[in-house]
Formats: sequence, C-alpha cells, structure tokens
Amino acid sequence: MPWTKVYANKAEFEKISAEQKGLRGLTYREAILEATEQALTADKNVFVIGEGIDDPGGVFGTTKDLHLKFGADRVMDSPLAENGITGITVGAAVAGARPLLVHMRVDFLPLSLDQIINHAAKWHYMFGGAVRVPLTIRAIIGRGWGSAAQHSQSLQAMLLNIPGLKVVMPATPYDAKGLLYAAIFDNNPVIMIEHRWLYEHMGHVPAEPYKVEIGKGIVRRQGKDATIVAISLMVNEAIKAADELSKDGIEAEVIDIRSLKPLDSDLVIESVKKTGRLIVADTGWKDCGIGAEIITRVVEDAFESLRAPAVRVALPEAPTPASPALENAYYRGKNDIIAAVKKTLARS
Amino acid sequence: MYTLNAMPAIKTQKKAAEKEASVYSSALQIQLYTAMLRIRLFEEKIVALYPEQEMKCPVHLCIGQEAIAAGICANLEKRDYVFSNHRGHGHSLAKGAGMKPLMAEFYGKATGCSKGKGGSMHIVDVPNGLLGTSAIVGGGIPMAVGSALASKIRGEQSITAVFFGDGAFEEGAFYESFNFAALKRLPVIFVCENNFYATNSHQRARQFACKISSSAVAFDAPGVCIDGNDVLSAYKAGKDAAQRARNNGGPTLIEATTYRWKGHVGPDTDHEKGCRPKDELLEWVKKCPIGRFEKHLLETGILDANALIAITGEINSEVDDAVKFAKESPYPDVSELLTQVYSD
Repeated sequence: MPWTKVYANKAEFEKISAEQKGLRGLTYREAILEATEQALTADKNVFVIGEGIDDPGGVFGTTKDLHLKFGADRVMDSPLAENGITGITVGAAVAGARPLLVHMRVDFLPLSLDQIINHAAKWHYMFGGAVRVPLTIRAIIGRGWGSAAQHSQSLQAMLLNIPGLKVVMPATPYDAKGLLYAAIFDNNPVIMIEHRWLYEHMGHVPAEPYKVEIGKGIVRRQGKDATIVAISLMVNEAIKAADELSKDGIEAEVIDIRSLKPLDSDLVIESVKKTGRLIVADTGWKDCGIGAEIITRVVEDAFESLRAPAVRVALPEAPTPASPALENAYYRGKNDIIAAVKKTLARS
Repeated sequence: MYTLNAMPAIKTQKKAAEKEASVYSSALQIQLYTAMLRIRLFEEKIVALYPEQEMKCPVHLCIGQEAIAAGICANLEKRDYVFSNHRGHGHSLAKGAGMKPLMAEFYGKATGCSKGKGGSMHIVDVPNGLLGTSAIVGGGIPMAVGSALASKIRGEQSITAVFFGDGAFEEGAFYESFNFAALKRLPVIFVCENNFYATNSHQRARQFACKISSSAVAFDAPGVCIDGNDVLSAYKAGKDAAQRARNNGGPTLIEATTYRWKGHVGPDTDHEKGCRPKDELLEWVKKCPIGRFEKHLLETGILDANALIAITGEINSEVDDAVKFAKESPYPDVSELLTQVYSD
C-alpha cells in the first residue's frame, strides 16, 4: 500500500508518484488541514479553537483560512488561557459539541492538565457513562533553532498514565489525516501530538475523509533480526537506520506504534517473538516513557522471546538546551538507532 | 412545619422582602419555599444517617445556603444546563433531580445517578441539565462556559448556570472563563456562593478586597452582590441574569453571601472542632433562609400552619422513600469496575 509507506526521502516519493497514476501527494501539514476541513464540513457540531489559529499563517498552515470558510463562530482564536479554554472545550463536548483544540506547542499543554486529567479523562467514568467527552486536542512538538527548554518538549509520557485519555502520534501524512479525523469523531478525549519536523514530509493521502483506527500500530518495514518500535519523527529515523543496517546484512523490522494509548502491544510482541531483539525510539525522555512501557509489556508477556536486553533510544536526562552545539548533542536519530540495534545484536 | 428556635424579625430585611414579595405570585413563593425545604430535609436526613457509616463517601452539606440554589434554579428551564461543585446536592435538587438516584449514589449503589462511580461529590442528572459536578475547586466554571458555547454553536436556546464558592473565585479558571464568556457574550450565570470560608480559611485571610461581585467590572459585565439567605433576592438576581443571557446580553456575576452551618465536609459543626466561633454560627442561624421565608409566608397568609405541615410531610415521605430505595438497592457488580472508562 502506498499509503502506509514512510518516505524517508523526497526522491523516492516522487518516483512512486510518477509510477502510480492517481496517487495524490500531500504534506503532513496539508493532511491535518484537510482532515480538519472535512470534519468541519461533515458535522456542524465540530468547532476549532486555539491561540492564533486564524493568523494568516494558520498554525504552520494546519488551520489556514478555515475561519474564512467556516466563520469565526466555528474556527475561533482564543484568549491566552490554556486551562480555561481546555475546560471550555470539555464542557462544550459534554454538551454535545465536538471541539478541536489546538496548542501551537506541547509545552503550553501542562497549563491545562487540570482540565485534561481531572475533568476530560474522568467525566465519562465518574458519572457512570451518563455523559461523554468527544474532545480532540492537538499539540505540536517544536525542535531546533534554539527553541530551548519551553518550546520543544515531547510530553506524551505524562499523559499515558491517565485512564480515560487516548494519545496518538502520527508519523505520516496518511496517518495524520486519518488519526485526526478518527479522533474528532471519537467519543473520548484524544490528544494528538505532532512533530513540527514532520510538517514538510510528503506522503500519499486519499482525498476523501477516512479514519485510521486508534489503538492499532503498523509494521512499516519487515525484518527478522531486530524490532525497532518508533513514534512520530523517530519512525523516519528508524526507517533510515534500517535501510543503512540492511547494507550490512541486518534486517530490522520497524513498527510505527502511532497510537500510544491504547497501546498495540500485541503487534510488538508478535514481532519480538520473531526477532528476539527490541529497540524503542522515543522523541521524549527515557524515565517512565513509552519505551519503558513497551519493554515492560514484552517482558511481562514474552520474556522468553528476548535474546538480548532491550534498548531505549531517548533524549538525555536534561531540559532542551538552546545552543546549536548542545542541541546537536541532545537530539537522537538514525545513528543512535543503528548503534542500539548493533548493541542488541552483539549479545547472542 | 420547619421551625427554628429563635427567629427575631430583622426590620429592614422584612420590609424589603414584603415589597419584593408583593411582585411575585403565591404559587412561585410556595415553589421557592418547597425547593429550599426539600434541600434542607434531604440533607438533615444525611446528618441523621451518616453515623451509621453506610454512606461511605465524603458529604459536603449546604445546610444554610439553600436559598441560592432554589432562587437561581427557579429561573431555569429543564433544557438549561447547570454545573456545580463538591457541595452540589442543593443545586441538583433545585434543578429537578429526584432524591432516589442521589441518595443511592451516596450509598454507593448501582442505582445511583453515577452508578456508584461518583459518590456525593460527583452527581449528574442529564435529563435535567446537570452535566456533572467537579470536586476540583473552580473546575466546573470553564465547563459551564463550554456548555454555553456549545449551545451557541449548535443554535440551542439553553443557558447555563454555574455554582461555585468564594474559594473558586481565587482560581485562575474563574478569570479565564469569565473573560471568555464576556468576550463571546455567552449565556452564562456565574453564581458565587460566598459563605466566607474555604474549608476553615476565612475570606479575609485569602482575599484583599473581599469584593467578589465588583470583579465583573473588569470584564464590562454586570456583577451584583445579594443577600444569599433571602430567596426572593436570589430569585430576582437569577431572573435578571437569565433574561440577559437569553437576550444575548452575555454573562452575569452574582455574589450571594451566605453561611455554611456544617463543617466543610461531614455532618458535624465546625465550632465543635474549634474551627469557627459558635457565636458566628448562631448569628447566621438567626438568618436562616428557610425560617425567614416561612415567617413571611405565614404573615402574608400565603401559607398557613396546616399547609406547612402538609408540605413538610410530603417532602419527608420523599426523603424516606429515597433512603429506603438507596438502602435496598444493590451495590454495583464488580464487573462494573472497568466499564465506562471509555465511551463507545
């Protein structure tokens, strides 16, 4: 399927596009914009709110001009009141709307944790199912150009510990559209974390609305020697790493887990039973992160399959620094994944 | 009949009440009285039964504060929304909730309004517009603005009222929400029940100005401070605010001063624990919203002693039926533990 392919370089994307007629290419940002526009068209209960979403830039293009098409009553700028606005969207969802709340940076989301954790995540269960919270929250990971400690964080881990929430992190334009569309029409609070560096990535995206099932991961590349589970931007790094490892005769399987909660651990366990080796590549920090969770699940359910200790590729234990010299040393990528795979293979 | 030992007439309040009362029909005044008494007798039953320890959840009682819920909610339609807090029994009853699902919830039973998953702090009554109560101080305020926003977007006629205390006024959520409601001219009534205490901390220890209603000025919205123990004042403030909300006039802030007779949580009184002075309680007991209004109804001949006895009797039967229902209801099956974590 061309839709499920991760194009690690543009030339490859263009080659496939030329070969297969009828395929349409979109960037990740355009895919998000299209999902939002189609959701607004499909259901009058959908509305979008966020700081600066009606700017000419439109949140890096993902909400561009929607206020002109759907009016300021349904696509609205927001006061700088993250917790209040989140609560407003929770209340609106409970009263029958389907809000989409956009945070330009993940870092602004901690201001709204009371409403996310104490309210959105609880409202369905706490009232015995009498009410539901069909709310979607988008938040964008910034990186680079000295964004530093408060404009670059990848805070998914702290959301995974809360029953009642769903958390997705699409890596491809196809998934960005399908997961966002699914999130908006899901009857639960869903947080979609996007990576700014994916926004220019091209992929094949169908024009019609569609949903990607929340809670299902996907194998992006088949392999027999090691399993690399990756999220978000690290999926691209993992594909690049696998391609390079292949030149040395090492075939890594790459799983894009894409839905962190609920987590498709069956897919990982199935793969590890085949490869015996597990590497998890995260965009965030190591402690109690998605890597810890995935490895634990494999240890709990398929310990005997592991032929070597699992390895986590994650950020070093420090806030993000600003200087390019430190920033370069801080972020993890293809080479770290290659080293991790080789480390697991060194043990037999 | 609901009686209080001491009920000295307060001249000015009496005059004002009489003037106000002449505007309102007898039927409305009886409705307001009944609504208050229903809350009082329901909660007094909790006080009586709580020591049995069969109600295994914290209870936050609003005895002494009933006029606000009764007066405001009398202006709301069934379709209108209400959000409330940990002290939400009164708001729920005033908005039309039956006593049985509430009492059963406090007993942790499957027949409770939240199927035993919420307890007394988390009650819900969707058919009557109560979309849930939050026990995080200030937490319900933005949600109320959200339901008002949803009404506007969906083209519904519903308005929303939100009840919160003087402690919630200190939360950022209040300012964030009020600003948004004013900005979008949303149909919300903000009702601050100022009982002067956040748990045991007095308002003066927490706020410099102690002028809650005046804060509305910053948002160019109306703010009024009323005697929250006068049900007709609460009714009138609620009526004005509801009219404004229904006519696209935006939010109103109502500060209603009152006093919580019981402790922050549980059936006891605070002076027993040395948290608040006993004299202060006694002063406020003299201003009992129900006793005051009852006296007025008797004096104006709207109700006579027999009618009061009849109303009290009816409510007591409703309370007794609710307790029987709650006690006889089954606990939720353990299999319910993992249901409703997510919605289909």
